[in-house]
Amino acid sequence: MRITCPNCGERDRREFYYQGDALALTRPAPDAGPHAWDDYLHNRDNPAGDTQDLWFHEAGCGAWIVVNRNTVTHAIDDTRLAATVKR
Amino acid sequence: MRYSGFRVIKEGFFGQKGWKPVWRDPDPKPEYDAVIIGGGGHGLATAYYLAKEHGLTNVAVLEKGYIGGGNVGRNTTIVRANYFLPGNSEFYSHSLKLWEGMEQDLNYNVMHSQRGLINLFHSDGQRDAFARRGNAMINQGDDAVLLDTDGVRKILPYLDFENGRFPIYGGLYHPRGGTARHDAVAWGYARGADQRGVDIIQNCEVTGIDIEGGVVKGVQTTRGAIKAKKVGIVVAGRSGQVAQMAGMRLPIESHVLQAFVTEGLKPIIDHVVSFGMGHFYISQSDKGGLVFGGDLDFYSSYAARGNLPMKEHVMDAAMTLMPMIGKARVLRSWGGIMDMTPDGSPIIDKTATDGLFIDCGWCYGGFKAVPGSGFSFAHLMATGRHHEPAAGFRLNRFRDGVGLMDEEGTGSQHNLH
Repeated sequence: MRITCPNCGERDRREFYYQGDALALTRPAPDAGPHAWDDYLHNRDNPAGDTQDLWFHEAGCGAWIVVNRNTVTHAIDDTRLAATVKR
Repeated sequence: MRYSGFRVIKEGFFGQKGWKPVWRDPDPKPEYDAVIIGGGGHGLATAYYLAKEHGLTNVAVLEKGYIGGGNVGRNTTIVRANYFLPGNSEFYSHSLKLWEGMEQDLNYNVMHSQRGLINLFHSDGQRDAFARRGNAMINQGDDAVLLDTDGVRKILPYLDFENGRFPIYGGLYHPRGGTARHDAVAWGYARGADQRGVDIIQNCEVTGIDIEGGVVKGVQTTRGAIKAKKVGIVVAGRSGQVAQMAGMRLPIESHVLQAFVTEGLKPIIDHVVSFGMGHFYISQSDKGGLVFGGDLDFYSSYAARGNLPMKEHVMDAAMTLMPMIGKARVLRSWGGIMDMTPDGSPIIDKTATDGLFIDCGWCYGGFKAVPGSGFSFAHLMATGRHHEPAAGFRLNRFRDGVGLMDEEGTGSQHNLH
């Protein structure tokens, strides 16, 4: 699997650290309550198909990247910097 | 039909023509007392114990593929009870006891071989941690022996003891650990359940779960609607998709775990050897293939195949531990889909829907748990009360933070196990 870093271009998967579902970008408000926080921290849609992950270009430029990836085929169709994703 | 040595000899004289299929192939009935979604090891064991322990025989097991075709036929077959934390420790201890009586109980040869399992350590700190784990195992009533370097050398002479990075200081020996023939376990439970009246229905995929007023009423399948008073979801690897049919989101991320087997060799590895520092473990199958594996690929996946970097890492670890393995040739590799929970421990619980139960989240340790999970899940489904050894496997422990079982001590969030 190769991942295209928006800064560095296509790189080996080994340069990246996988964080998990990109829902980390939609953090609940501090006072959103225990259910919202439980949902955010633990529960996952866990789709068999298209998903959005957060990967960290650890051995490269250090950017956090949102990766559109298919969990069944491992095909990656889009990557963009997490910093540019609207919240 | 009972199996026996006499029967094997007799069939030898008559051209092996007396063997019959060991379970029926029934069409689904319109209604059951209980429906188990998922005909893997855990689902079949659940149905078996529902019938045997609780007299519940109007039960169907619905399997979308064929019996033995999922993770129960794709794992590295290790059976052990060397857990440390309360909650896990008593559960796996109970499960191992069921393993030890399984062949007589099922009248089926699952080739359970208690060849002993050794977890290696490579530093004083690790020795202390394993001594503590061994004491926990002994307190639980199981067996553990702390071996020093010479003790390990006696039974595993082929390891690289003087390795520069990971010199072997010793190992925690668990004599009752071992392996079993994985698909025979599925077949044995399927046969046992079928003999007690359970319908095992293959090629029957569940497409919906019927819920009315917070009570489960049955399931929709590719072979029609089936009514049921109780429904159990036991579909590790696909738990998220099936739970979604009941409107649930689970604390589970699916990951791929790879395993490897070499061509058949003469007997060389007599035990199960676990090299935790390299995330590597190995045993030798009765056919002679070296069966080994490593860690997760560490990204969510349903591909049932992994990537090359983890293959390389596993081969590196193998060469580090036992350089002789370089002469073996890998025959094939494969990947299984693991239900990974935030704390690395499983879930056996009721759900918010009356009559709907779930057994999932077995991470990469589901095989050894097959009898224990089936026994405890059947207990929960039949009585509505948690079976004591599995009482810690609550679905809500992540929400309330009580009773988390983080066996590795790495934290209770996704992607840490």
